[in-house]
Amino acid sequence: MKFAIMINEGPYTHQATDSAYLFARAALAKGHEVTRVFFYHDGVNNATRLTVPPADDRHIVNRWSELAKAHDLDLVVCIAAAQRRGLMDENEAKRQGKDANNIAPGFRISGLGQLVEAGIQSDRLVVFGD
Amino acid sequence: MLHIINKSPFENNSLLSCLRVASAAKGHAILFIEDGVYGVMQGTAVEKSVRDAMANMAVYALNPDLEARGVQGRVMDGVKLVDYDGFVDLVAEHDNVQSWL
Amino acid sequence: MSEEMDMDEGGTVKKFMFVNRKAPYGTIYALEGLEVVLISAAFDQDVSLAFLDDGVYELVKGQNTKAVEMKNFSSTYRALEGYDIEKLYVERESLEARGLSEGDLLVDVQILSAAEMGEMMAAQDVVISF
Repeated sequence: MKFAIMINEGPYTHQATDSAYLFARAALAKGHEVTRVFFYHDGVNNATRLTVPPADDRHIVNRWSELAKAHDLDLVVCIAAAQRRGLMDENEAKRQGKDANNIAPGFRISGLGQLVEAGIQSDRLVVFGD
Repeated sequence: MLHIINKSPFENNSLLSCLRVASAAKGHAILFIEDGVYGVMQGTAVEKSVRDAMANMAVYALNPDLEARGVQGRVMDGVKLVDYDGFVDLVAEHDNVQSWL
Repeated sequence: MSEEMDMDEGGTVKKFMFVNRKAPYGTIYALEGLEVVLISAAFDQDVSLAFLDDGVYELVKGQNTKAVEMKNFSSTYRALEGYDIEKLYVERESLEARGLSEGDLLVDVQILSAAEMGEMMAAQDVVISF
C-alpha cells in the first residue's frame, strides 16, 4: 500500500515527528511504500542540517536523512512555510539574496501542490501534528 | 474510518469532539497515541465516555506511548494495544484516517 | 504564490476534506491551512472544508487585525467560491457551545449535526487536519 505522511510540527518540542518517523519505518519494514513525507507549518524545522542535539539523544534530522537515503524517500519541505521560518536550500538562498542555506541531505523544498498530489497518488495520508 | 487522538483529554477537547462526531455511527475506530493515551486510563473523568463509545467503536492505544509514560498497567479493559506495526496495519485496514490535531 | 504544480493526475478525483479545529491568529494553523485549500483548487478534486471546535471562530464576522498587525485573511473564506470550493460544513454543536449562530458567520455554510459531520468525514478519501 502507498502511504503519504504529513508532519506539522518541528523536532523535539512535539512528539509528532518521532511518531511519524516510527510509523514510516514500520510501514517500510512491512513492505509498504512511503510515497512522500511532506513537512508543513513548524514541521519544516525538521529539515535544518544545523540541528545539534545532545549526544545521548536521537538526531531527528539525520534520522530522516538516513531513512530517505536507505529507502529513496521523497522528503518535501513546503516552500511557503519554509520561507516564513528561515529554511532554505542553495537555490532559494541565491534567489532571495541570503548568505547561507540550511537544508539537510535528502530533503527538498517544493510547493504545497506536492501535498495535494501526494493525497491523490497515495492510498492513505496520515497527518502528524499537535 | 480511523480516528487518531494525540492529546490528553485533560488538556484538550479533541477526544470528546471525536466521540461526539464519530461514536454515533458504526465503522469508526479510535487509536490513542502520544499524550492521547491518557484517554484510555481506568478511573478517569473520561472513562465513561470512552466506555460508552466502545459500544460502537473499536478502541486502540499505542503501547510504546503507554510504556514511555509509565501507564501501561492502568489501561481500561477492552482497549486493544498495538505497536507501530499495528498502527500501520490499522491505517491500512481502514478506508481513511483523520488526526484530531 | 510561487508554487509549482503538476495538475495532470490522470483524471483521478478524490474527496478531500480539510478539517479546521483551531482559532485564527493565536496560531498560524488556520492561515496556512487556507493556503493548502487554495492550492488544492488547482487539482480539480472534490474539496470540502469542515469547521469544528474553535475552527468555527475562523468564520466569525467583523475580524479586524489592524491593531495586532497581522494579516486579516478572513475575506479569503468568501473568495473560495471563486475557486469552486463551495462545500463549507460547520458543526452545529461547536457553534452552539460558543454562543454563535449561522448569522454570526461571514460566509454561507452548511450546518451539520455532529452525527452528520461524522458521516461526511467517513465518506472522504483524504482528510487533512492542521
